[in-house]
Amino acid sequence: MHKYILLAVLGVLFMAPAQAALKVFTCEPEWMALVQELGGAQVTVASATTALQDPHHIEARPSLIAKTRQADLLVCTGAGLEAGWLPPLLRTAGNARVQPGQPGYFEAASAVPLLEVQTRADRAEGDVHPEGNPHLHLDARNFARVAEQLAARLKQLDPANAAHYSTRYTDFAHRWQTALVRWEREAAPLKGMPVVYHHRSWVYLAHWLGLKEVNVLEPKPGLPPTAAHLTQLLAQLKVQPARAIVRSAYEDGRADAWLSERAQIPALVLPYTVGAEGADDLFKLFEITIARLKEAAR
Amino acid sequence: MRFWFILFCFVASLSVALAEEPPVAKASTASFNPDISLILSGGYAQLSNDPDRYALPGFMLGAETGPGTRGLSLAESELVMSANVDDLFYGYFMASIAPDNSISVEEAAVETRGLAEGITLRVGRFYSGIGYLNTQHPHAWDFADVPLAYRAFLANRYADDGVQLRWVAPADVFVEFGAEWFRGQNYPAGGAANNGQGAASAFVHAGGDVGDSHAWRSGLSYLRAQALGRESGAIDTAPDAFSGDSQVAIADFVWKWSPHGNATQTNFKLQAEYLWRKEDGNFTADVNGILGPAVSDAYRATQSGWYVQTVYQFMPQWRAGLRYDQLRPGDIQAGANAALFDTGGHTPRRASVMLDWSRSEFSRVRLQLSSDHSQPDTDSQVFVQYIMSLGAHGAHAF
Repeated sequence: MHKYILLAVLGVLFMAPAQAALKVFTCEPEWMALVQELGGAQVTVASATTALQDPHHIEARPSLIAKTRQADLLVCTGAGLEAGWLPPLLRTAGNARVQPGQPGYFEAASAVPLLEVQTRADRAEGDVHPEGNPHLHLDARNFARVAEQLAARLKQLDPANAAHYSTRYTDFAHRWQTALVRWEREAAPLKGMPVVYHHRSWVYLAHWLGLKEVNVLEPKPGLPPTAAHLTQLLAQLKVQPARAIVRSAYEDGRADAWLSERAQIPALVLPYTVGAEGADDLFKLFEITIARLKEAAR
Repeated sequence: MRFWFILFCFVASLSVALAEEPPVAKASTASFNPDISLILSGGYAQLSNDPDRYALPGFMLGAETGPGTRGLSLAESELVMSANVDDLFYGYFMASIAPDNSISVEEAAVETRGLAEGITLRVGRFYSGIGYLNTQHPHAWDFADVPLAYRAFLANRYADDGVQLRWVAPADVFVEFGAEWFRGQNYPAGGAANNGQGAASAFVHAGGDVGDSHAWRSGLSYLRAQALGRESGAIDTAPDAFSGDSQVAIADFVWKWSPHGNATQTNFKLQAEYLWRKEDGNFTADVNGILGPAVSDAYRATQSGWYVQTVYQFMPQWRAGLRYDQLRPGDIQAGANAALFDTGGHTPRRASVMLDWSRSEFSRVRLQLSSDHSQPDTDSQVFVQYIMSLGAHGAHAF
């Protein structure tokens, strides 16, 4: 009798991994949302960060090591965004499948042309990424590019479900293309809209929608706003007015509020990624972003 | 007085530097292979007791332990290089250039990049994985110096030539097991006993999250080291020597908090470790017979120590910290050398506060005040320290 129970237990233990879905671990929530679109029920996916966390500064927490250890596929932005925390995760977890260079390691930055590629790397310019600005997901067109390559990677890693990923990719690509046309039409009035960024996270959004950058609250990338810089900015805004100050949900809004009050322009919180400000999925992310910008532009 | 003048000059020069446009430097490559970084560090120390006469009553102090030198001085400059060797191996190297111009290889190791299911093998010279603080490089410390327990039991840290095997369990909670075999050259080992296999250790780490805002890691470690003529005390002039077994056990706990896991604005860190050491062997006072005839006798002691420290980032760029550490000399049986280990009932202890400012994640300036009761007469200490890192983006473990 005991033997059968033991066999049953062993059977369950060994069956479970065979039936288990592809385990995907993403560095940022936007890639988690994309993996959910492309993988559906065939994947289990978790994100290392949330929309309320600054992806530049994440602690290499033990829980993240545990997730890296078990992942079949790691999906990150790259371009140095995770340079401060991903290397220790990869080194500690000892998971050969997701090491850079392996099929289980996917970088979105490799699928799209990057903006602001630096010809020189000098820290006096702040925490610059020589590889280019890593906030590439805010150009919605980039999701089409990343999705195509990510779907191919899912098929490569899980060939048994290749047809499933193909179907879901085709469906997503179609819906995304339709949405892109709609968003670009809706955002047409935003072309040339002058904005102040909190951090240079909005370069891709501006590139896509034609927003015009007036200045940035951070005196140098990664440095918190200073009084001197804000005063200078206020003077600049008198001559060169902007329609909004934009920041993400994870950034502190005090400097934005200070400037907003004195310059008489709205301080906007945009979702930046999935999981904040009501942006429950990728479609909502851009819908809310465009709606809020349009409201400020009126 | 002189200290405040120096501090004033430093702050003044900083504000001038900040007001000026940064100098423009050209780099020919945007990325480096291997990653190279250089840590520049130094500062100022004001110590009411003579650091050259520093001792911890009841403990054998290893080399380069103590509060450091008085006045302005350079600290160790760390040169770090690392890169993937190929698809299977990763290598890193850290040399430390001491202010006296001597260079030492602190770490030079190669490890596998995902050998098999969670297994990592490392060979070379490296900081042992025991404890929590032991693996941290000095530039990552939250205080200017290590806790007294690390100073007394590990001569700041245990690093040696050896092999390390780690395994991370495939679980949702982080569980890691590790084992190490060492040459046994460095304190608390010594003399590369047992044909250059003088020390071994084992450790287990566990950790996880509690909600979005809390994360923790805890560990248990054990080190068994053989000492063969391990020098201590006045190492440069008339060293003492210990030969025998040294066993160290460490329990560590770290807990970090930040609102919704976003540490950029504010965060808090609580860190505590308990160290226990048992030594059994033979102690020889003044082994070279410089001050008189060397006295050798059996030595046996069980000692312990602990520390608790907290660091709070109360606004971006600014952190404040508190630390308390204490040692228990315990029962020391040193026969003919008993007088040397007589503590007179004194319990070494210390309280420290620190405040540091980081312009960016690559720079840090720190002020630390300590009331050091290592010895019966209290040492009032002031440290001003700068730690700057150049080059590749450093990434730190939890």
